[in-house]
Amino acid sequence: MPAHPDFVFAFAAGLVDGTLPPGLTAKAPDEVTRRFAVYRNNVAVSLAAGLSRRFPVIERLVGPEFFAAMGQIYLQRHRPKSPVLHEWGDSFPGFLAAFPPLAAYPYMADVARIEVARGRAYHAADADPIATDHLLAAAADPGRARLGLHPSVQVLPLAHPAVSIWAANQPGAKTEPMSADPEIALVLRDTRFDVPVAALGPGDAALIVALQQGQTLLTAAQAAAEIAPEHDPHPILIRLKQAGVITLPKDIA
Amino acid sequence: MTVKSTLALGATLACALSTMAVTAAHAEGEMEKCYGVAEAGKNDCAAGAGTTCAGTSKVDFQGNAWKLVPVGTCTTMKLPDGRMGSLEALTRDLPA
Amino acid sequence: MPLPASAGVGFKPEHFDHIRASAPRLGFVEVHAENYMGAGGLPHHQLGLLRRDHALSVHGVGLSIGGADALNGDHLARLKTLCDRYQPDSFSEHLAWSSHGGDYLNDLLPLPYTEETLEQVCRHVSQVQEVLGRRMLLENPSTYVLFEQSSIPETEFLAEVVRRTGCGLLLDVNNVFVSATNHRTDAMAYVAAFPIHAVGEIHLGGHAEEELPSGPLLIDAHGTPVAHPVWALYAAVLAKTGPLPTLIEWDNDVPPWPELLAEVLRAQSLLDQVSEARLARAS
Repeated sequence: MPAHPDFVFAFAAGLVDGTLPPGLTAKAPDEVTRRFAVYRNNVAVSLAAGLSRRFPVIERLVGPEFFAAMGQIYLQRHRPKSPVLHEWGDSFPGFLAAFPPLAAYPYMADVARIEVARGRAYHAADADPIATDHLLAAAADPGRARLGLHPSVQVLPLAHPAVSIWAANQPGAKTEPMSADPEIALVLRDTRFDVPVAALGPGDAALIVALQQGQTLLTAAQAAAEIAPEHDPHPILIRLKQAGVITLPKDIA
Repeated sequence: MTVKSTLALGATLACALSTMAVTAAHAEGEMEKCYGVAEAGKNDCAAGAGTTCAGTSKVDFQGNAWKLVPVGTCTTMKLPDGRMGSLEALTRDLPA
Repeated sequence: MPLPASAGVGFKPEHFDHIRASAPRLGFVEVHAENYMGAGGLPHHQLGLLRRDHALSVHGVGLSIGGADALNGDHLARLKTLCDRYQPDSFSEHLAWSSHGGDYLNDLLPLPYTEETLEQVCRHVSQVQEVLGRRMLLENPSTYVLFEQSSIPETEFLAEVVRRTGCGLLLDVNNVFVSATNHRTDAMAYVAAFPIHAVGEIHLGGHAEEELPSGPLLIDAHGTPVAHPVWALYAAVLAKTGPLPTLIEWDNDVPPWPELLAEVLRAQSLLDQVSEARLARAS
């Protein structure tokens, strides 16, 4: 009879509920609970540290004590499935939205969505910025020109002013008046490997989404103009170029 | 959209593309400079957990319910509706 | 190429510029495999630059070699991608488990040493070596508890894994000291019984200390300088083995670079002393 699967099962269960797995001993056997607690701590503390590093703004918003207690509840229900811990936490925004003690703070989930997107952008695949020649060639025929966007670029339509809330909780941020309107977040990784977060107007957001879908630049600009009639594509395109996130279209790159 | 405005938009885009072509991505040519130190809460946070092959002497394995009262900036942040936390009416069920 | 028999350091991103500037004085750099399994971005940019100037050790923490489940195939595949990309001079993992039923627990958890677990560990080590197409090193753990069902001493268990799989060993001298103190056994006796011929790398790190009624409980916390008795044990190991690649691990409360470098240089000076003593004896 293989005993190891039963052993591992009992040990893992004990990490959660404190029940000692069978056979556990020590030179002074009455100390075994205290010794087993070292493993319980290691698991709880290291996973909680992982969560707080991915969601530092949520931690700041709710305070470290609340965050630690909530983290233990989250990690019991949403164990990481992979040892690649920077991929853990994608379900945290949904957890926050349904977490009763945060019912008075409905914007939390949106702020967490921004933090999830930042983690994705930070680790997204690399892609070279487009060469000047390609842009000059495209300028000759914008009706056909297509541009790619870096894999880190994400547009998040949010129900709350979560970009402003996120920004107000950055180190050294000044308190600025905030509008109550919903915001659209732009998250990307620039050529310095920084991952800035910005609020986008609806026209800019439509243009970026259309480019991501592989539309021509003209169609993308038209999509923006439909949503925001006086939309000028110039500023957002320059901004994306400065960040180094305009690439060749996927099928050409 | 009319033919005329499509043409106008095309001209705007041609202009934008030409400007973009001469707009350098920031930090181009500085690729070798220090990226190492991230201000806490900026780049660092996006890195996720990081792994450890070490244990800890800290103790924290109880989700204490009494701690589940927010004490962070969400309770002091000034939101536009003049209240401290909520941006909308409390419609959700509170914890039983 | 094996790692050079000199002192290296566990890479922390905040030390990137210092490490690049210290190239000649560092024997090698070690990274945790799992932190470089994203698709791109800063981690790969930094690792690519480090790889140009340094010997590289990739140290896995998440394979769960001592687990009851089959190895996670996706994770093993990502590890292979990483090793193929950076061609490290060494790959090592732990005699421990960290996954169960598809959940990852993020700690190096202990296992009883029995015929059954020996076979399981050997199967996993062989599978890793086959997939990666290279020999791996297996590290002795720090432990806080013992198991009544254990029937094989840890040193014998490791020797048998080496014999059956052809893998090498990573001797963590701090772990030896931590476990021996915790179980009230003799660290030197452990080293004497250790299959020293198979050691391809040594780890040194700091530990934390708590007090139990029966005596100290040491925790492998990697958040302080290497303790005095661990340096002494390291010197005793080197006297037996000769110079071996030696890593300073500092994973929690990471200090400013000069403090970490001082630890590396201290290990290097012990390595130099052993080399000189050997040369003197030979001539």
